[in-house]
Amino acid sequence: MKGSEVRVENADKKFGDFHALKSVSLTIKKGEFFSLLGPSGCGKTTLLRIIAGFEEPTAGMVYLDDVDVIPLPADKRHTNTVFQNYALFPHLSVFENIAFPLRLKKVPFEQIKEKVTRYLQLVHLVGQENKKPNQLSGGQKQRVAIARALINEPSVLLLDEPLSALDAKLRHQLLMDLDLIHDEIGITFIYVTHDQSEALSVSDRIAVMNEGRVLQIGTPFEIYEAPADTFVAKFIGETNILDGIITAHNGRFYTIETDQLGPIMVTSDRKFEVGKKVRHAIRPEKIDITKEKPEGLPDDFNILHGKVSESIYSGFQSQFYVATDQKLPFKVYQQHESYLERGPAIRWQDEVFLNWDADDGYIVELI
Amino acid sequence: MSGNTDSRVGTTYSLPLTLWISLFFVVPMAIVFLYSFLTRDVGGGVRWEFNLDAYAAIFKQTSSGQFIYLDILWYTLWMAVAATVLTILVALPCAYYIARTKNNTLLLFLVIIPFWVNFMIRIYAWVAILGQSGILNEGLMALGLIKEPVQFLFNDYAVLLVLVYTNLPFAILPLFTTIEKFDFGLLEAARDLGATHMGSLRKVMLPNIQGGIITAVLFTFIPIFGTFAVPDVMGDSNTYMLGQLITSKLKMTGDYPGASSLSVLILILTAGGLILYTAFQRKQEKDKMVTIAEDAL
Ligand SMILES: Nc1ncnc2c1ncn2[C@@H]1O[C@H](COP(=O)(O)OP(=O)(O)OP(=O)(O)O)[C@@H](O)[C@H]1O
Ligand SMILES: [Mg+2]
Repeated sequence: MKGSEVRVENADKKFGDFHALKSVSLTIKKGEFFSLLGPSGCGKTTLLRIIAGFEEPTAGMVYLDDVDVIPLPADKRHTNTVFQNYALFPHLSVFENIAFPLRLKKVPFEQIKEKVTRYLQLVHLVGQENKKPNQLSGGQKQRVAIARALINEPSVLLLDEPLSALDAKLRHQLLMDLDLIHDEIGITFIYVTHDQSEALSVSDRIAVMNEGRVLQIGTPFEIYEAPADTFVAKFIGETNILDGIITAHNGRFYTIETDQLGPIMVTSDRKFEVGKKVRHAIRPEKIDITKEKPEGLPDDFNILHGKVSESIYSGFQSQFYVATDQKLPFKVYQQHESYLERGPAIRWQDEVFLNWDADDGYIVELI
Repeated sequence: MSGNTDSRVGTTYSLPLTLWISLFFVVPMAIVFLYSFLTRDVGGGVRWEFNLDAYAAIFKQTSSGQFIYLDILWYTLWMAVAATVLTILVALPCAYYIARTKNNTLLLFLVIIPFWVNFMIRIYAWVAILGQSGILNEGLMALGLIKEPVQFLFNDYAVLLVLVYTNLPFAILPLFTTIEKFDFGLLEAARDLGATHMGSLRKVMLPNIQGGIITAVLFTFIPIFGTFAVPDVMGDSNTYMLGQLITSKLKMTGDYPGASSLSVLILILTAGGLILYTAFQRKQEKDKMVTIAEDAL
């Protein structure tokens, strides 16, 4: 593996009175595609800048392959950054932008040309080498920034929301390109984003952050299917939250008496005492929505009745907001797997039944 | 709207400015140019006889083989270059500091304040500071560092000092404007890619504020090249700068063609320098082009 392991231990960062990072600890493995995911202002960029060497933590340690890098300035660390606003040098051509690190090292021109050509090919920019940055499209600028950050062969590539300024289609394409580049060169990628679908689709692991803290670190699957708390559950994808008290339990099966809906069945591998207050979550796509009352379901299924208060058709799926009989709003997604001859079967104001398997719900948090 | 109408509208709008520039810029220049080819007449007039006498006079040698005017030209060039370089060197950190300060209105105000004081008074203020009974001499004597007053005035250093002082705002303002627009994130990018702190300033900041530096150089070099008041007051009475020579030709000897030919010379030198510089830049830019074939490697 060419990549480095990055270890952050109890990193704290204060800007005056403002506590931007609160005791952040992470270990990012060699060659991993690791994402920092969180809402705007949660400290992602600050953490990245600390790893890159632009910012010194108020307290805590940063190691690259067990070497303490805090005393090293940015130009002495084997990390390179793709900046959020590209930060291309406006006075230099595409070629010279990418060649910049090699020019600094006074590499002979023949070698520079050969290497820059290779990286231009990697990011599909051959033919653009003599253009100035202001003559490029947003996606092309981003590719130049990526090639420039890679040409020094860093052991860690830091990417700060590199795709946020691009439109959805281009973003998707560049994301796939990044994934391929990562596979090809095999170094560690630390990818900052506030877009959960970006993080879920390419990352080996994700750290979810909020208000300067790391809330959960896990694979996309773990983060989505077993969020550590309500914030993660709500931030990653959509979820319906129900609070209640455990009233009965039989092996993995728990019955929760919810405040608004009465009893709900759920399974959990964790142990809870009867009488404990808990928070239950169920994802909208795991709920089945039907017009007729479902028959013959096993008794560990939850069934609710309600009325569609809003329905949004978006091609591959429909999103329903259902008001249950108890006036509790519920979000339900239905995939359209076959051709809908007469449009979606369920419409606004229809009376509907919702059902889900106890296995699909989970207990996120004790309250 | 068709392109035709557009251009007519443009012409209409630009007419006042065009007239203004022609009247107060082109016409005087034309007169100077014309006068430089005429013949000097007694009593400060000109005769309408075209010749190159005024230009020939520039290259006239004394009996001892000295080129008086060319010597003055060299001296002026040297003083102007020195004063411009010093001005830019002082102005750069000032402009950088002002641009990086968040509430810089006061600082900018301080830079502009001298404009409200008469130019000659500002020069004579330096006499009050540096003169034999000036503040500096009094102060040094009071401290017992010197016994007799020192002559700080009437030498090249005094001239350079006051030239730098009077031209500083003209250098700071254009530099400030470009530095303020500069994206300081680019310096971090350069550091990230392996440049040292100085390297990032030299390789990224400098080329990006080049426009401001050129403007500042022009705004200071051109007035300094033609200056006469500062060397008149501060300088050695045995040395002359070109501006002093032109002034004396106009005021003392009434040699209008002689003054005009020297003015044209200044114009040709500065404009020529600028054209050469631009051409050089273009060529450099072109030399940097690379060709990469689609199927390279
Ligand atoms: N130099 C600074 N001085 C003061 N506060 C700062 C500084 N840099 C960042 N902050 C604050 O620290 C917090 C975290 O900033 P940071 O840039 O790390 O957020 P982020 O997660 O990258 O957000 P975004 O997704 O919007 O880029 C913000 O509230 C920000 O205002
Ligand atoms: Mg950020």
